[in-house]
Amino acid sequence: MNILSLFGKRGESASVANNRLQILLAHELADDGSDAVLISSLREDILAVVAKRVEIDPDSVRLEMDRSGDVTTLGIDIELPAAKAS
Amino acid sequence: MSNATVVVVTSGKGGVGKTTTTAAIASALAKEGYQVCAIDFDVGLRNLDLIMGAERRVVFDLVNVVRGEASIKQALVRDKKLNNLYLLPASQTRDKDALTEEGVEAVISELRGYFDWVICDSPAGIERGATLAMRHADEAIIVSNPEVSSVRDCDRIIGLLDAKTKIAEDGGRMPKHLMITRYDTDRAKTGDMLATDDVVDILSVPLIGVVPESKDVLKASNVGLPVTLSDENSPPAKAYQEATRRLLGENIPVTIPEEKKSLFGKLFKGRAA
Repeated sequence: MNILSLFGKRGESASVANNRLQILLAHELADDGSDAVLISSLREDILAVVAKRVEIDPDSVRLEMDRSGDVTTLGIDIELPAAKAS
Repeated sequence: MSNATVVVVTSGKGGVGKTTTTAAIASALAKEGYQVCAIDFDVGLRNLDLIMGAERRVVFDLVNVVRGEASIKQALVRDKKLNNLYLLPASQTRDKDALTEEGVEAVISELRGYFDWVICDSPAGIERGATLAMRHADEAIIVSNPEVSSVRDCDRIIGLLDAKTKIAEDGGRMPKHLMITRYDTDRAKTGDMLATDDVVDILSVPLIGVVPESKDVLKASNVGLPVTLSDENSPPAKAYQEATRRLLGENIPVTIPEEKKSLFGKLFKGRAA
């Protein structure tokens, strides 16, 4: 797939670049390490809750943050162990 | 358990295309199905995240990992399009000594266990950041523009690769590959630019690829996609795909993919030459 077709071919990649930089620089200015602290605490909390019900490898829990301007989303990806025959 | 091949992408001079090359080669390898991790060693001036379009998803970085503030798995950012391609971002700290030699060694040896390929994007210069990036490499890709200062800096980097790396200290010799970027076929033809053979002769490093000067590289960086993913049929993407096949051990002749010119352009160039 050619991603450029999504953005049109008339030099619109420059406005994508502009937009990305605006978001990034605004975030870097405001970055006080709170994201990292938040992610770490969330991770611990989620691990504790899930571990009550299933055995999980702490390494198989992935938290991903995606900042897009005003909205920040959090993705949680937990790999469950192969289900035991009950 | 895999045992990754660690490749450093280095050049000495800044702005020649190390980050573009790292992103392009890493994603081309991932497209071949390998588990790939790209590491940004440019502490304080990270940019590989931007070129790979992952800048909004960076939470932890290499320095957090080295300091034990995050595990490697927490810090790795997975690519949006290729789920076997990961980025380990550099930190934006101003602390130049944030990376320690032992820390980097531990990170690389852990990554060796998870991946097939680890591609290290070196910072410019010949200081600590650059020597740490090359230290544990198994192979080096040396990026040069066909331009005198770039070639001279590559020569210095080759000296470092043969002196300051683990392989060199153990009495071995670092396998090296030369990647010439921003190559302008027309200017080389008219003798206004160093030709690939000139650069290969001077540096005595075998050629892995020649990437033509192309507007596609800027377009790809604008939208945050490695050039090998943004438009696979563009000349730079083809050049990087070929280079990747050579890195994988295929023995194919080096070609210089060209921009498609209009018929008018071709006729005009033909007359002018």
